[in-house]
Amino acid sequence: MRTLDKRTKVTRRRFLKTAGAGTAGIIAVVNGGIVMGSGGAWAMEVKTLRPESMATLVQMARDTYPHDHLADKFYAQAMIGYDASAGEDAALKAMLEGGVDLLDATAQARHGGGYRDVAWEEDRVAILTSIEDGAFFQKIRGGLITGLYNQPEVWAKFGYEGASAEKGGYISRGFDDIDWLEA
Amino acid sequence: MAKTFDLNDDSVVVVIGSGAGGGTLGTELALKGIRTVILEAGGRHEIDDFENDEWGMFGKISWLDARTTSGDWRVAKDFPGLPAWIVKAVGGSTVHWAGASLRFQEHEFKVRSTYGDIAGANLLDWPITLADMEPWYAKAEDRMGVTRTHGIDGLPGNNNFKVMKAGADKLGYKSCHTGRMAINSADRDGRGACQQIGFCFQGCKTGAKWSTLYAEIPKGEETGKLEVRPNSQVLQIEHDSSGKVTGVLYADAEGKQHRQKARAVAVAGNSIESPRLLLNSASAMYPDGLANSSGQVGRNYMRHMTGSVYAVFDRPVHMYRGTTMAGIITDESVNDPSRGFVGGYEMETLSLGLPFMAAFLNPGAWGRGFTSAMDMYDHMAGMWLVGEDMPQETNRITLHATMKDQHGLPVPDVHFDDHANDIAMRNHAYRQGAAVYDAVGAVRTFPTPPYPSTHNLGTNRMSEKPRDGVVNKWGQTHDIANLFISDGSQFTTGAAENPTLTIVALALRQADYIADQMGKNAI
Ligand SMILES: Cc1cc2nc3c(=O)[nH]c(=O)nc-3n(C[C@H](O)[C@H](O)[C@H](O)COP(=O)(O)OP(=O)(O)OC[C@H]3O[C@@H](n4cnc5c(N)ncnc54)[C@H](O)[C@@H]3O)c2cc1C
Ligand code: SF4
Repeated sequence: MRTLDKRTKVTRRRFLKTAGAGTAGIIAVVNGGIVMGSGGAWAMEVKTLRPESMATLVQMARDTYPHDHLADKFYAQAMIGYDASAGEDAALKAMLEGGVDLLDATAQARHGGGYRDVAWEEDRVAILTSIEDGAFFQKIRGGLITGLYNQPEVWAKFGYEGASAEKGGYISRGFDDIDWLEA
Repeated sequence: MAKTFDLNDDSVVVVIGSGAGGGTLGTELALKGIRTVILEAGGRHEIDDFENDEWGMFGKISWLDARTTSGDWRVAKDFPGLPAWIVKAVGGSTVHWAGASLRFQEHEFKVRSTYGDIAGANLLDWPITLADMEPWYAKAEDRMGVTRTHGIDGLPGNNNFKVMKAGADKLGYKSCHTGRMAINSADRDGRGACQQIGFCFQGCKTGAKWSTLYAEIPKGEETGKLEVRPNSQVLQIEHDSSGKVTGVLYADAEGKQHRQKARAVAVAGNSIESPRLLLNSASAMYPDGLANSSGQVGRNYMRHMTGSVYAVFDRPVHMYRGTTMAGIITDESVNDPSRGFVGGYEMETLSLGLPFMAAFLNPGAWGRGFTSAMDMYDHMAGMWLVGEDMPQETNRITLHATMKDQHGLPVPDVHFDDHANDIAMRNHAYRQGAAVYDAVGAVRTFPTPPYPSTHNLGTNRMSEKPRDGVVNKWGQTHDIANLFISDGSQFTTGAAENPTLTIVALALRQADYIADQMGKNAI
């Protein structure tokens, strides 16, 4: 059976929106408006939202749809558009900043630190569960369905090959190559 | 080549919509020498415009005008603004359809007599029988090149089918094959063979799959008798003081309004827009909307009992490779009330790409329960469950009290409550679907809820008596002789089978009748 190579190739850091891959790790805010992945694997510039808020949104995105084979970069890519949208939409900006504040306040009350400081995913997920019916969570969750899963760069990591017409379809590329069924 | 007709030419037949019903009817009328104008709300996107991109094509050609939902069906919760997945483009939903082309069974034309009185269901026998339809089914199958009919070979089975077949065999199902598909298994009718591209729902890049866009309409245009006018959304059907329809008012791409005169009008806008148009055409003479003396316009909305089962295996499947729906188990399509419900259902292979799988596997779900399923995407097999649902008078298309569309017309609300029979059938189908995959070692199965409706039926139903429905056995409205319904909204009941072959067969049959009636000057 023809299967796909799902490995990530490590390359040097790139600013998001350009091609490149990263490694998973802690999301940090460095100076100015720059949010950076661990080891400097990726970085993005934030203009409207607080950079700390963007870092928290990226962590929240991973906690909502955790895929251990996907680097933070892809979650960051899914969130980056909110900065520009918030610049044009004051209500959205208020919802996002207010949502992050609520996450941090809940984390503070439960664990004595901000949302990103909560060490276990289960504990962060419990915080998300407590707000899952709210507009903020549903906005982020709903947006991720296309924001994350419609990134062509992630498809191969799930074994999905995307467009096939220009490759002649699958007629000679494994449409019927399953080899493990008993006759 | 393609002719154009004058707006004031009142000798033309106007067909509204260019999908399975309208595209077939308009072409067939032209082939009979009848001057025909098809008004299509959407644009004309030829094969070159098709992309192997699920959201890209969805955004490009879907009907995205505002609609609302109500009722207890799960679609109203998951997709409140998108009750149905219908195409707004030349070719209609035959651009996106999968090609499964099945005849109804004999008893499915007479369900009231067969099932008896089911509480809450507005069951009625069709005014036609399978025997009446057989010649038209044969003609439609030939036209569409349906595999396993007319000596046409079946399609080869892809990985997803092979998993289904192995499970069906283990479970003892007797009838499992690669389907009766309107997809070329070899070159035919000037179109090539399926290349197993796997994006049947996004428009077939090879043209192997039948669509009115390229398999019918160009043949009509070649006669010089057919004009297809894209970006022409009909707003109202007009009539004279005798009650006969005289033409239609439509808006072009810029929203500018025009009036096309007509000798007869055939409505084929699919089962949400067709009744909406009749309701929006209300006048002093017809205060409840056109052809609505029975009060049945918009009622008895059916969408088939549906659901899907996806299963994860410990080894890869790559279900997305190859034809999306070329695989079927028909054993459960019989009427066997001992299962706890009347009517039956089909089990058909189905694959979604990763982007659509994320949206539809379990809408609203998040966290590791969901992502661990998605992580196994390339180890998944999938099937769609499609069965007969019960017509209910209260399941209906109505005009929204306040919301208006871009043309200032009330938007349609789609109300649907599941009938107890639908729920019992769905639960049975989920169990059997999972059993098929369990039989070949599935490690996890998912009972996936219904998607926005792709099979929209019944809202202008066919009836023998004018008081029970909207059209007679020819699809001619009981109330107005030169007004016809030519899409799935004429279905009296839904049957277990995918509807399009029946829509096409009815359209071919109706073209004969319209030609006959015009010849006799009856219309
Ligand atoms: C993804 C998908 C897969 C499917 N797979 C299958 C399958 O395998 N087998 C099967 O049998 N069926 C299948 N179907 C269903 C099938 O496509 C429909 O049953 C069929 O196309 C309906 O025909 P129709 O003529 O009623 O409407 P449509 O084909 O939807 O055509 C209606 C047309 O009318 C136009 N229109 C609407 N209102 C107006 C107006 N006011 N003015 C002008 N134009 C208007 C629309 O823009 C549209 O082009 C599938 C559908 C989808 C979406
Ligand atoms: S799989 Fe076949 S029918 Fe489907 S899009 Fe590809 S060529 Fe067309």
